[in-house]
Amino acid sequence: MTDVVDDTTASAPEPEPDPDAVAVTLNGTAISARKGELVIAAAERHGAPIPHFCYHPRMTPVGMCRQCLVEVDTGRGMQLQPSCMITVSPDMVIDTESPTAKRAQEGMIELLLANHPLDCPVCDKGGECPLQDQAYAHGPGESRFVEEKRHYEKPIPISDLVLLDRERCILCDRCTRFADEIAGDKLIHFTQRGNETQVMTFPDEPFASYFSGNTVQICPVGALTAEPYRFKARPWDLDQRESTCTTCAVGCRTVVQSSRDELLRYQGVDSDPVNHGWLCDRGRFNFEAVNSAERIADPLVRTAAGLEPTRWNGALGAAASLINDALAKGGPSSIAILGGARGTNEDAFAWGQLADAIDTPYRDAQLGDGLPIEVLGLKRATIDDAANAATVVLLGPDLKEELPVLYLRLRDAAVSGRSKLVEFSAVDTGLSRHAWRSIRHEPGTQHDAVAGAVADEAIAEQLAAGDVVIVTGRQSLAESTDATVAALQRLLDAVPDATVLPALRRGNVVGALSLGMAPTGYDAIDAMTEAAAGTIDVLVLVGADPLNDFPDVELARDALTGARHIISVDTHLSESTQLADVVLAAAAYGEKAGTTTNLEGRVTTVAHQVTATGTARPDWMIAVELASLLGDHGFGDGHPLAEVTTVDDVTDAIVATAPLFPGVTRAALAASPDGVMTLQPAAALPDVAVSVPARNRYDYRLTVSRTLYDRAVGTAMSPSLAGLAPGSAAHVNPLDLAGIGVDDGTIVQLISAKATVSMPVVGNVRVPRGVVWAPFNQRTERGGHIEDIIDAGATAIDVRIERS
Amino acid sequence: MTDSTRAVTHDYIPGFYIGDRPQVVTSRFEYEDSYTLERFLATDGYKGLEKCLAGTPAQMHEEVKVSTVLGRGGAGFPAGVKWGFTPAGVWPRYLVVNGDESEPGTYKDRLLMERDPHQLIEGCLIACYAAGLSQCFLYVRGEMALAQERIATALNEAYAAGYVGTNILGTDFSVDIVLHWGAGAYVVGEETALIESLEGERGMPRLKPPFFPAAVGLYGKPTIVNNVETLANLPFVALNGSVAYTAIGTATSPGTRMVAVSGHVKRPGVFEIVNGSTTFRDIIYGEEFSQGIRDDNDLKAFVPGGGSAPWFLPDQLDVPFEGREAGTAGSMLGSGAVMVMDSTTDIPAAALTLTKFYAHESCGKCTPCREGGTWLMRLLERVVAGHGTDADLAQMLEVGQTICPGEMPHASSERLGLEAVPFPYKMTTICFVGPSAWAPLHSALTLFPEEFAARVTPAPKRISIPVTALAAAGADQ
Repeated sequence: MTDVVDDTTASAPEPEPDPDAVAVTLNGTAISARKGELVIAAAERHGAPIPHFCYHPRMTPVGMCRQCLVEVDTGRGMQLQPSCMITVSPDMVIDTESPTAKRAQEGMIELLLANHPLDCPVCDKGGECPLQDQAYAHGPGESRFVEEKRHYEKPIPISDLVLLDRERCILCDRCTRFADEIAGDKLIHFTQRGNETQVMTFPDEPFASYFSGNTVQICPVGALTAEPYRFKARPWDLDQRESTCTTCAVGCRTVVQSSRDELLRYQGVDSDPVNHGWLCDRGRFNFEAVNSAERIADPLVRTAAGLEPTRWNGALGAAASLINDALAKGGPSSIAILGGARGTNEDAFAWGQLADAIDTPYRDAQLGDGLPIEVLGLKRATIDDAANAATVVLLGPDLKEELPVLYLRLRDAAVSGRSKLVEFSAVDTGLSRHAWRSIRHEPGTQHDAVAGAVADEAIAEQLAAGDVVIVTGRQSLAESTDATVAALQRLLDAVPDATVLPALRRGNVVGALSLGMAPTGYDAIDAMTEAAAGTIDVLVLVGADPLNDFPDVELARDALTGARHIISVDTHLSESTQLADVVLAAAAYGEKAGTTTNLEGRVTTVAHQVTATGTARPDWMIAVELASLLGDHGFGDGHPLAEVTTVDDVTDAIVATAPLFPGVTRAALAASPDGVMTLQPAAALPDVAVSVPARNRYDYRLTVSRTLYDRAVGTAMSPSLAGLAPGSAAHVNPLDLAGIGVDDGTIVQLISAKATVSMPVVGNVRVPRGVVWAPFNQRTERGGHIEDIIDAGATAIDVRIERS
Repeated sequence: MTDSTRAVTHDYIPGFYIGDRPQVVTSRFEYEDSYTLERFLATDGYKGLEKCLAGTPAQMHEEVKVSTVLGRGGAGFPAGVKWGFTPAGVWPRYLVVNGDESEPGTYKDRLLMERDPHQLIEGCLIACYAAGLSQCFLYVRGEMALAQERIATALNEAYAAGYVGTNILGTDFSVDIVLHWGAGAYVVGEETALIESLEGERGMPRLKPPFFPAAVGLYGKPTIVNNVETLANLPFVALNGSVAYTAIGTATSPGTRMVAVSGHVKRPGVFEIVNGSTTFRDIIYGEEFSQGIRDDNDLKAFVPGGGSAPWFLPDQLDVPFEGREAGTAGSMLGSGAVMVMDSTTDIPAAALTLTKFYAHESCGKCTPCREGGTWLMRLLERVVAGHGTDADLAQMLEVGQTICPGEMPHASSERLGLEAVPFPYKMTTICFVGPSAWAPLHSALTLFPEEFAARVTPAPKRISIPVTALAAAGADQ
């Protein structure tokens, strides 16, 4: 240490006065508010909370409930003003507790309670109700309204998930504003007027929004309740922990709530860089799948009678001997490990370490439905970067369907005018109507569309006008990734400074790919091909269900048949799990602690809230125990996972071992609820040559993508959500129906070179002519599997549509 | 036309009476075909526009400012000053004509639209020219079918004759006028609710502040909202100049004013009166106006400025029809509607009629109006039906306090020894509909307490034992 005089403190200049500070007087005390800050927000920040109902910091203030009236003097004497509508100004004097302000606040509470049914004892909101709390804190303490109250039928369903009690409603405009401003689904609005004003859907138009659960959370009374939680618990009986939703890779912060050791509700937490407090309905309500009776409670081993429950010793022993036998007979290349993206970082890390120990060449956290791993090595953008970029290029899936809250953030960026969206898509997406340019291309030719767009003068000018974020993912499961990779490369050639936000879907796919479950030469398609060819002895599925998730289902079927043994680590008996020789019962979300990594590389915590079902164990524990039974092929002495006993040990091992995670310590995570960013690898995109087959005029080019609700376990095992999946269907432009010679809803045959499936045809204006779009992994009451047609080896797939 | 015809009733305009007074906006009403372009052009029509277009917009703006043309919609704000509030350089900018006249007792804009639509159109064009507005929306109340029809016909004529549209009268001044009719809501007479309605939204007022329509209005652009009668004054100002205009009326309230008189008078109807100097006594008792109370009864009270205004007593008969004077006396001129109640009037029932109207017309946006208005109505209904108690009367004052905190304006009464409380009131609502449900009821309660007292019975007393008494009795052990 050299002798350096630290003179920074001595000569430190006076701190610059904050240019955004506004000096105001709040209840007699001088405070420093922020420029542009609303009086209500400034007062709340400085310990003088003002009662309010309609004001919500994430929505435009409307000043409707009049509850937040305070006295404000801006130089013209004290005047009653709604504090949610007034921004602070220099030398403003605010009195939130003057007799006049208190009289007004008491008066508003009295009026709001006048027609409120006061059925608090049977109201789900009772105990956590802003109206109840604020009536207690700011109300007159007496009810003088002796007239008959308003009566409505109660409650009425306004969607499959949400019920509305109009008697309890205080008409604060929060749900209706949310539906309009945030979700963009303006399906609820005020009807009638005056004292009969009520929130209502349009006739025969349910509030079918992917985000309807948020209205329940922000409702300041018990007017909106959600079917999955109604009458399940009292708020004071709920135990809760802050966690992160792992339904998709956005990583929304949540509070996981339970009562009697059963998950009952997830609530969104306002994480400024991620979800702003919002959740999608799938993420919010899929706790039902955790509580499902279909959960695997104990490990299962295949006997002559089928899969039979057994003890962990037996099951792990059976699994270990399958692996050891395979290693002895066929070596490491006879074992494949797929999955790991549905668990925590700890789960993925432990399984990645096990894969390393076994030294298998076949491992992948994606199931042939993602993008090449190199995408993660491009200069990464954060969600905030994307939501504030001058230009956002969308080169991937329909974000509303796959990463719903990212859709909300980008929609807000577009609607508020911050960002211009340039979209490349084969069909209309949720963001198309907000896009500055929405460029349609034939499925599989996005590279040509991008080449055309960057040559366009106006688009080139826009791309040069400021920062550019490319949001990229897998647009269609019926095409190879080549076209997307080539399109991405062309974009990066045109805008070398652009950053990339990978729109990969699975909850912890980025974590799994960063922690050892990334392919090391061979990806899932290779593994499946090998298995189908009969060279794989043991196929390990870590929360993976290829029969539902692998796009080319025929290959998946062949692979699961061709693999001599299957070990499945899973929470539910999925179609793939039912083919396994050994099933190891895995703890589900909420039943295990750990960390997760979102698509930005942001690591946040996942809470252990309820006891695992039966004897189910976290994936990491299964991997570690399995390793201990593998002898020489397990974790040797000195291995970071050799001595772990708790999940915290694994987290520490990740920090110590994983090259991208050095800063992601438990202390750092505890200090930052919004998460800790991982380091980023650097990689270049693989060179691809795209050759799209020519098409004839009789065929329709196929594009297949996921919808929010499908047959995935989280949805199918959640009774409230299962019915919301649209069902398998072939969507064509309505003008094409006549060409096919059918009406909307007729069962048609889709004939490809590979297979023929039948399903109903649907006229859909979002699909351009000559294209057929089919939702992936759907219920099949009325039709077959579109997955039968998908060919993992094809760049593009054409189908003929005929009447059946 | 001879003078003898000027004083007669014209059966094609029932309830309109021309007197021997200056006419600014009703000068063509004596012709049955006053609404045609032909008649309009024959009677100096569009001459004001021509003169206006010959000068600069600033000159015309200045002329209107000097003329002190006060807004005739209710607030009485000078139009020329309002025009000056639009921020420079923001385009497009709009003129919205508030033809949603629905204040109880008011029916003067309807006549102006039905009888002289071209005058209104000319006024719109002058306003657009002077204030630099690029498009005009004429919002006409949904129920006024004849007015809509006449304006539509007039607009077609004016477009065909080149008075509206591009390059008006061969100049480079271009303005489009769009006719739009409402769907029937009182609150849409409030300018921001009118803008919402025009945008296709529910007619609910916006909050001002932060944004006043002049800065952020229709489609988020600078918007001037003017009343029909205000604009109808402009052709006169443009043609005859501010000197001729200010020669009529008083310095603070120049020009004339359309006043609609209804209720217990011998001759209800619309009169164009000289602004500022005519007193309420003139209007109610004057031979050329309403000619006194029906059956020569005594006057009990009257509403000076539309249903939402606090009431006046006979004590205020000599108050001139002038904004500030009426305000000092405890009420407002509002939309220029005088409603007269004679000695036979059941005051609580009359108050109920008005309160019921405003409770029914509440848009439901803000709590005090939505809940308070209906609560007042139901308390009053009970009192009028004879089932009320004195506690109900006290409760009305409490609910009124929540809607209008602080002292409520009312007239003075020699009989009751009451001093006047000057206008305006304070309010916790977004717009004036909420206070409008309370103002007439408050006047009735304040000026005629005995009529309410006679209707109610004492409230049953609550039994409450003071805590100290309980403690003394050892009840806490």
